Amino acid sequence: MIKVEFLGPIGKAPVEMEANTLSEVSSKLKEDAVISEWLSKCAVALNDTMVKDLNTPLKDGDKISILPPVCGG
Amino acid sequence: MELYQGPLDTKEIFGRWLDEQANSNYGAYIPFVGTIRAEDDIEALSFDIYEPVLKQWFDAWQVKAQQRGAIVKMAHAIGDVPIHTSSYISAVFSPKRRVALELIDEFVEDFKANAPIWKYDVKDGKRIYAEDRSTAMDGAGLLA
Repeated sequence: MIKVEFLGPIGKAPVEMEANTLSEVSSKLKEDAVISEWLSKCAVALNDTMVKDLNTPLKDGDKISILPPVCGG
Repeated sequence: MELYQGPLDTKEIFGRWLDEQANSNYGAYIPFVGTIRAEDDIEALSFDIYEPVLKQWFDAWQVKAQQRGAIVKMAHAIGDVPIHTSSYISAVFSPKRRVALELIDEFVEDFKANAPIWKYDVKDGKRIYAEDRSTAMDGAGLLA
């Protein structure tokens, strides 16, 4: 089981799911129409490190964070 | 890296940073202050921060700065920051001015693009995500 959390303005509670890769996470998140709209503009962190490879393997207990567009300062 | 609830006490922070490096033999100290402007009838801006990723981003910048003999500093506000107060300050110390001038530019611009911080306008006590001023981070769209 992995946990997916949605940061900043997305405003959705974390979800848990079974997934072995980020590709599988993508497929499952797209089942939610609201989240699906956010995905094209969101970056992704795995256990608080930014990731850019869909084939990144996942293991039980991993935390994935969905980061929407930013504007600090 | 320092995070505070509400507006920053800029003079205290800049003064303390200056005191901490008083004997470090840096020839240049360049501070940057971000102040909330009164525009579009906002009362304040408000901020969410994801600290674990922000810390990694900042630590990576500290390594880049050290490779050029410099150090970077930053402080940011969490939550509501009223107009005419400060939400963000940063600074660079370096042996000579040229590195500091270049680094403060690169550091502040990358901060705007990749620091995991979300901004909201506060109007009539409500927070409204500043979507049109926000930038998708490097690697955005991976799961689309």
